[in-house]
Amino acid sequence: MTIRSHADLKNLREDGISLLRPERPRICVGMATCGLVAGAGAVFEAIREAGKTYGMDIVLVSTGCIGCCQQEPVVDVYMPGLGRVLYARMTSEDGQKLITALSVSEFPGEHALAVIPEAGSVAPKGMGILSRLPLISELPFYAKQHKIILRNSGLINPESIGEYAAVGGYQGLSRALWGLSPREVIDEITRSGLRGLGGGGFPTGKKWEVCSRAAGTARYIICNADEGNPGAYMDRTILESDPYAVIEGMTIGGYAIGASQGYVYVRNEYPLAIKRIRHAIEQSEALGLLGEDILGSGFSFSIDVVRGAGAFVCGEETALIASMEGGLGEPRARPPYPAIKGLWGQPTIINNVKTLASVSAIVAQGADWYAGIGTDGNAETVVFSLVGKIANTGLVEAPLGLTLNEMIHEIGGGGLDGRRVKAVQTGGPAGGCIPADLFHLPIDYSSLSQAASIMRSGGMVVMDEETCMVDVARYFLSFTIEESCGKCTPCREGARHMVEILTRIIEGKAGPGDLAMLEEVALWVKGASLCGLGQTAPNPVLSTLRYFRDEYDAHVNEKRCPSGVCRALIRLAIVPERCTGCGLCLRECPVGAVSGEKKQPHSIDAALCTRCRTCYEICPEGAVEIVR
Amino acid sequence: MATLTINGTSVSIPQGALLLRAVEEAGITLPTLCHHDALAPYGACRLCLVMIIAPYRALVASCTYPVEEGLVVQTHAPEAVQARRLTLEALMSRCPRSDVISKMAEREGVTASRFGMPSSGNADELCVLCGLCVRVCRDLIGAAAIEFIGRGSERRVGAPFNMHSDACIGCGACAEVCPTGAIRMEDRGNQRILQAWNTCITLSACPECGRFFAPEPTRFLKDMFPEIKACWNVCPECRRQKTSRQWLNAGQKTD
Repeated sequence: MTIRSHADLKNLREDGISLLRPERPRICVGMATCGLVAGAGAVFEAIREAGKTYGMDIVLVSTGCIGCCQQEPVVDVYMPGLGRVLYARMTSEDGQKLITALSVSEFPGEHALAVIPEAGSVAPKGMGILSRLPLISELPFYAKQHKIILRNSGLINPESIGEYAAVGGYQGLSRALWGLSPREVIDEITRSGLRGLGGGGFPTGKKWEVCSRAAGTARYIICNADEGNPGAYMDRTILESDPYAVIEGMTIGGYAIGASQGYVYVRNEYPLAIKRIRHAIEQSEALGLLGEDILGSGFSFSIDVVRGAGAFVCGEETALIASMEGGLGEPRARPPYPAIKGLWGQPTIINNVKTLASVSAIVAQGADWYAGIGTDGNAETVVFSLVGKIANTGLVEAPLGLTLNEMIHEIGGGGLDGRRVKAVQTGGPAGGCIPADLFHLPIDYSSLSQAASIMRSGGMVVMDEETCMVDVARYFLSFTIEESCGKCTPCREGARHMVEILTRIIEGKAGPGDLAMLEEVALWVKGASLCGLGQTAPNPVLSTLRYFRDEYDAHVNEKRCPSGVCRALIRLAIVPERCTGCGLCLRECPVGAVSGEKKQPHSIDAALCTRCRTCYEICPEGAVEIVR
Repeated sequence: MATLTINGTSVSIPQGALLLRAVEEAGITLPTLCHHDALAPYGACRLCLVMIIAPYRALVASCTYPVEEGLVVQTHAPEAVQARRLTLEALMSRCPRSDVISKMAEREGVTASRFGMPSSGNADELCVLCGLCVRVCRDLIGAAAIEFIGRGSERRVGAPFNMHSDACIGCGACAEVCPTGAIRMEDRGNQRILQAWNTCITLSACPECGRFFAPEPTRFLKDMFPEIKACWNVCPECRRQKTSRQWLNAGQKTD
């Protein structure tokens, strides 16, 4: 079948709707990487086996990630006429129990998280257990979210093009190819206010405009899926959960700038994402949604997948191009910008996965709809990966303008185990740490940059009172220098010297001049480096020096780590009054530093102790203390 | 032509030329290690940083920045001077024995590096990773015998797997272009040794003058340019004399 008319598209949609709303129960297991590592594969198998045992006619589907990664494995159960319930933290046994209950047309109560509203179900929330459950939009984690990029994630089968069409897919592409000129598409994107969501924040419409006017014999559009920030995994999730939205966005972009070839540059560490995007490309080609004469419009466009070989710096656009051309993955100086001179010297657009997923929604629903979201001058929704010492981890999509407080305390549910949140690091390893007393700030480009941090890819690493900010700064900087290509002097030599100074501070060997030197070197690396990696690498150091100077001073002047993290500056001791002499720490200590008679208070030999904190973490009485 | 102001002096230079060239036109010498007029702009050493103060403020590497009409540039703005000094301090710490670096540093007012020796450092290191050798070998000679290996502070230059390079033609352009003398080329008897690349090229004696030269790696030239067939086995110096004599004779005949 090739899709060439409204009627063809309608047929595809109807096929998809019959898959999404079958006449029998439909069970979706969240099987993006986050679900799989939590054991979704076993849950899926258990449900399939149980279904066979009961002879039940069910549709069992593997979907992507619905966002609440804390709750994985997640199972979404639809019963025709009864409603739809989301189950969380499922095990194989729970999967069997689920089938047992469904076989008598009942939703089990155990592990039920929320109701997903369904048109045509009996009551808004349904009956029985459903009436007692919150709607998914009432869960604190979801209440303030607004999903555009992740609109289909976890809700459709990422390997079914029909389901994508059923939830509004290809409305944007058909509108563009059948009704808009390339210039009108660019105008639409410009008016929507969409900015690059990979971190740069450059207006997407303007970039497309520059590229479409640049001279060249060919044009290319590249989807940058070389995501590599520690703790950020939104691009992977989108490719695993909704690859068609990205392909549709790329095709629209290709039409707008006049490209006939697109590439998805995805890191090889994402095997499932690669598998799903490749499958989606094949399916699109089979239906004539990619290839020659798409939708009968005369426009031809194909997409190939290029796998990145694991260099973080290849997420930088000029390094990405160098790597695609077969050279070393190293950045070059801009200008010329890739939009003018990119891949093989031709005008090239490089857009992030999230940007392209937004494009398909914007062209479908119109620029005005998109421009109406978010605060003034910040029209887009951004995906954040909320990780670290926080109660609810997961992927959060929200309009810009939400405050950090709302993000961390409402959506995120506050600190882990009730501990006080001290800071949040935004924007990946190159971002800054924002202290809790600035959490009233709205999350947008200007507020974050005023607070010495950046938006970048939307990573949010939450830190509490047990996090040492000096240690954090060294951690992120060590990551960046590992990933520095080594081309320019400040990033290669300067960042290494910064890590050496930070190591001296952490080991209690720093002298009085070290902090001034650290700051001086950090400003040099920031100002003099060749590419974005070096220019932003010192941000964690500069922002912690600005907001947590007291912690640095304590390390340098008092040789004390206030958070009790830096091994050289702490001591572990057993409080005799609390110790019951159970001997657990004595058995578990890897270096034999604990001694003591049974049922008598034990003690730690400070000379042998390596401060690994094993005793601190296992003591059932909380008798081990960190002496700071 | 673009007209710009450098340290208060007006300079006119073709549109799109590099800012470094404009700075030189203005009579100012900036330190640089990775720039070479015969090679494409690279921007790795970050020594030629200057401050653009209008129409916007930016610290840029003048060797990669194309000039624009109306730019106002200060080569000795505090930010630029500070950046150059720190870069030199870092390079001094990397290559403590390099006279080239220490002289360059002295001219910028740096006499000692506050960075200690790098913990895993080699005190005899002379390579500053400017990449001139890699680029001249690849982009001008066309041999691509050497490349960068490793990344970040592990970065260095070498032949594949640090083994003898079959691609090396022994031309010595890498040694010639190296600003710090980190690459040495030595002819010992009929052997040309490029120690930095673990590469040894066998030389032949020129039948005309007896000097050693390296014809084997360039044997392919014979097929590419049939006109040199007669003289490809003589050394480059004799070849030059022979061919110019041929041309001279040919010219006399046509006259």
